[in-house]
Order: sequence, then structure tokens, then C-alpha cells
Amino acid sequence: MADASSSTRGDLRIVNVTKSFGDFNAVDDLTLTIPEGSFFALLGPSGCGKTTTLRMVAGLEEPTQGSIHIGSTDITHTRPYQRPVNTVFQNYALFPHLSIYENIAFGLRRRGIKDVKEAVNKVLNLVELPHLAERKPVQLSGGQQQRIALARAIVNRPALLLLDEPLGALDLKLRRQMQIELKWIQTEVGITFVHVTHDQEEAMTMADTIAVMNEGKVEQMGTPADLYDNPKTAFVANFLGQSNLIEGRIEGNDGDNFVVDVFGQKIKINKNRSHAKDSSVLAGIRPEKIRIQPAGTAMSGNVLTGGVISDASYIGVSTQFQVEMPWKQELMVFEQNDDGVAPLEKGDAVTLSWEPIFTFALDGREDAFAGSEVHADEE
Amino acid sequence: MRITWWFRKNLIRVYMILGFTYLFIPVAYTFAFSFNNGGKSNLVWKGFTLGNWQNPCGAPDVCVALGNSIRVGVISTVLATILGTLIAFAIGRHQFKGRSTINTLIFLPMATPEVVLGASLLAMFLNLGINPGFWPVVIAHVMFCISFVVVTVKARIASLDPRLEQAAMDLYANEFETFRKVTLPLVAPGIAGAALLAFSLSFDDFIITNFNSGTLTTFPKFVYVASARGIPPQANVIGSAMFFLALFIVIAGQLVSRRKAR
Repeated sequence: MADASSSTRGDLRIVNVTKSFGDFNAVDDLTLTIPEGSFFALLGPSGCGKTTTLRMVAGLEEPTQGSIHIGSTDITHTRPYQRPVNTVFQNYALFPHLSIYENIAFGLRRRGIKDVKEAVNKVLNLVELPHLAERKPVQLSGGQQQRIALARAIVNRPALLLLDEPLGALDLKLRRQMQIELKWIQTEVGITFVHVTHDQEEAMTMADTIAVMNEGKVEQMGTPADLYDNPKTAFVANFLGQSNLIEGRIEGNDGDNFVVDVFGQKIKINKNRSHAKDSSVLAGIRPEKIRIQPAGTAMSGNVLTGGVISDASYIGVSTQFQVEMPWKQELMVFEQNDDGVAPLEKGDAVTLSWEPIFTFALDGREDAFAGSEVHADEE
Repeated sequence: MRITWWFRKNLIRVYMILGFTYLFIPVAYTFAFSFNNGGKSNLVWKGFTLGNWQNPCGAPDVCVALGNSIRVGVISTVLATILGTLIAFAIGRHQFKGRSTINTLIFLPMATPEVVLGASLLAMFLNLGINPGFWPVVIAHVMFCISFVVVTVKARIASLDPRLEQAAMDLYANEFETFRKVTLPLVAPGIAGAALLAFSLSFDDFIITNFNSGTLTTFPKFVYVASARGIPPQANVIGSAMFFLALFIVIAGQLVSRRKAR
């Protein structure tokens, strides 16, 4: 088998890659290693450079500077058809004049493989659509086209499969189902998947490792849990889920913790979760980590008093509170509806508390709202 | 009351019937008179005959003229379609200096009055020492057909999603294979349409041909000249046959594309 992929295997390494369009750097000195066999997500808002990065790996754009390698092979300037890389395009880009069978066989035939039947049928079974082989792409639903686009790519057994917003055109229910299915298929075929998306939930559901991109650079890279629990920048803290970021000042040490003053009240932050550059910090806490009790209740851990509920929305599994603090900042609190106590209402005076280990600290000079406004644009 | 109501309800239908009657009466007339036992002049109905259809070349020189028209048409169509398609790809797929100027200039021959084009071409051929005849007519036809081919094919290229070609390259097809396996099959209906258009433009052309043909007789020229002393019914036979051939091609094309979509 004239297998373009067997000679080139290994980690994908993007080294100091810059891509400029005129004066604008879509990708800015990006260095990234994606381990072989992983499910990797490039997550970021539109215009962050994630799609440009993907297109450079596919060979559809050429880097202005830097190099791209798979294993020990430099693929920076090779043509798309010379790379052991296949892409699932955003709108699938199935060939409208060819049957589903011929669409899937396309890559195999181009590589001079004569007997494609077994491979095509096998991959059609993998995506559970063997009965559609003779149809044309227009006769398929969006979800079916999505699977065929995936089948057309993985039948080639590339070293690397690129997915460009693959679920963007599907409705919510189908998207959820495909997330699970994609993850399963990745495990099944063992190919490195690089997935580009602006949907943080999608990235967290599927990927082993996520790189959060913003303005052409990687803000932070790690496992979903790592990024969520220990974000290093305000952009990551706000783009992945929601965060309360409170201005504070490091006043001292207490064992493994910093003691931080926030508007006259003292809280503790684990030193491992501090990314502060000096004593000025943004103390971060996720809304669902906060416990909320009527004012006066004795509470342990990090405690903030003096809050007044300014808004409460009941959404079934939980209630979302907006709590106005004495320093006029609104904090978000998500409370599970699991204890049957009399629900708190708008106007109630409350005390907030949480386990110190859940707190993270960011550089105090950061914009506390970075990354939060982009969500509204996208969804 | 009832009549007004009926009329209102069927207004669009009535309008449609009137419209189609208006469009098709000349064709029906041509077809009917192809069965006229009219002898040399076909202006007055003199009785039904199948003789004209059994012997379409019966009138002197009519089939010579038809043969010339078909030869000019086929050669011009092939040349204009090839050249026009190449231009359409250049404009539609590549960025280069002067692209938008070419885009505008390509429309000029379509906008120029045919009489002017014909006269200018004749003057040019005479100045170059080329006598009017078969090849000057072919050159003239290629010239005015190219614009139509470019416009038709370009529209098809513009509607082509560039990601399909990227997908082909991504799936190990080099530039040539991408063109042959993806681009060309997808643009082909546009090219076929352009070729049909070019052929009918060439076959139909009288004005430019008349200036540049010299002694060469094409079918439109034959009909025009014959009209002075009476058009033979064979002209109606050929005209009707062309109409049905065109109709057949259009219907066949529809059926094929419908089957492909299924």
C-alpha cells in the first residue's frame, strides 16, 4: 500500500509559527506540541487564529515564519496532498457530483489504491451509514453529511485528523450526540485529532488537552479540568465557563496559602493556584463553588460577608444568584437545589463562603472582563 | 357576477395562455407551413403534403447553405468554448494585474451593435488582404461567441465552493487531478450550456456573417436571399427541425441533471 502516512508519524510540532495577512498577525509566534494519539482542541473566539493554524497544518496556508513538523518530518512547505493529514471541513465540502461511496474512496484512489471496497465499507459501518453508499451528498441530512465527511477523512488513516468546527452546523441535540460519537471514534481509530472550535463545552467534552487561543497566541494549555480549576489568565477564566474575579492585595503567608485582602475582608489562596506577578491580584472563584447562606450563619473557609441578593433566577437543577457586595461588585453564585431549605430571595442579606482550595489568583493588572464579552457574540 | 368571479380566479391562467400563444404562434406557423404544398413560394397555403419533410434538400442549395452553417457553427463553438472557458478560469480563479479591466472589456463585444462589428471586421479583413469567405466568418463568430462563453462559465465557477477543491487537495489529489476530478465535472454543465449558446448564436447570425461571407452561403443568408423571390417550404422544414432538436437537447439535459441529483 502506497501509504503516505506510515513514513510520517509522531507528535505534531508547531514551532515559532507566525502568519501575517498584511499588517495583521493572525497567528503570532505560536509554538505548540500535540502528542501523537491525543484528542486536542484549539479553543478560542472567532478571529483568534485557530482556523488559520489548522489551515497551515493542512497545507492550505503557508506560514510567514516558523516551521511545522510531524515526528521528524518538516512539512512546512509541502503541498496539502503530500501530507499525511486529512481535514473535516466546516461545511463538510463533500463532492456533490460523486456518490457517498466515491466520496469516501476519493483519497484512497488518489493514492493509487485499487481495491478500495473493503476499506470504504468498513468505515461506512464505523459511522453506521452503510445503507447510504449509493446516495448523493444532497440527499443526506446535516448529521449524516457530517459523518460521511469524517469517514472520508479517517478512511485514509492519516497521522493527523483536523476538524474545523465540525459540529457547528448541527442542532444542539445532534451536536451532543456527535460529541460523544467523535470521542468514541477517536479512541477506536487511535488517530491524533486536532479539533478547532469556539464552543468551550464541545472542547471540554471531547478533548484530552485544550489550548485556549486569543489574538494569535496560546493563552493556556492543559486538561479541561486544569484549565477550568486553575486558569492562568482572566481570558481563560472567563472564556471557559464563568468566573467571579475580585480585586485584592496579597498581605502575607499562611503555610501553603497567601492571605489576600479583598476590600477589608481576608481570604486564602493556595500558592499553586496563584499566577500573580506581585501583591496586586484578581482573586477568582467559580460561581458553583460558592455556598450562600442567610447573613449571620457561621461559615468556614473563605468567607465574604455583607452581600445582598440583587437577583435570583430559578432554573430547575440550580438557582443562580446575583449578589451585590459592599464594594458594589455583583458576584455570581450557582446554588444546587438539593437541600430543601427555604429559598433565598431578592433583597435577602447573605454571607458567601467557599473552600480556599477552589480559589485562584490572577495578575491584578489584568482586565477582569477579558474573554467574557466574546461569549455573547458567539452563541 | 359569476363571470367576473371566474375571470378573477383564472386571470393568471388566461394571461399565461395568451402569453404562450404570442410566443409560439410564429413557431406553430413555421411548423404548419413546412407541410405546405407551396412549390417555390411558401406564402399562401396551397394544401397539405409530407413531400417537404421527405426531401428537405429539395430546394436548390438549401442543404449546401445548411451544411455551411453547421460547419461554421461547430468549428466556432469548439474554438470559442475552449478559449472562453480558459479566460473564465483565469478571471474567476486567479488574481492578476488588469483582471477587473479584462472583466469589463469582455462585455464590450456583447454591447457593440452587430452592424458595426460586421462592417469593421470586413474592413479589417480587406485591409489585411483576406478575402471574405469561410474562415473570416469563423473568426468573426468565435470573436462574438467568446464573450458569451466567458460570462456563462464564469458564473458557474463563481458558484463553486473553493473548499471543494481544497478538500480534493487535502485528499491527496494534486493540482491536475483536482481539476480533472472535481473542478471540471462541477463546471461542466456551465461549459455545456455555453457551447449550446455559442452554437445557436453562430447558427443564427445573419448580420456579421453577411458582411464577411463573400460567396459563402449560410442558412440565414439563404433564407434572406430567398425571401426576395419566395422562401421554399424546405426552409420551414429545416427551421422546425432545428427547433425540435433544441427542444430535445433542453429536455434531455433536464432529465439527465434530474437523474444525477437523485
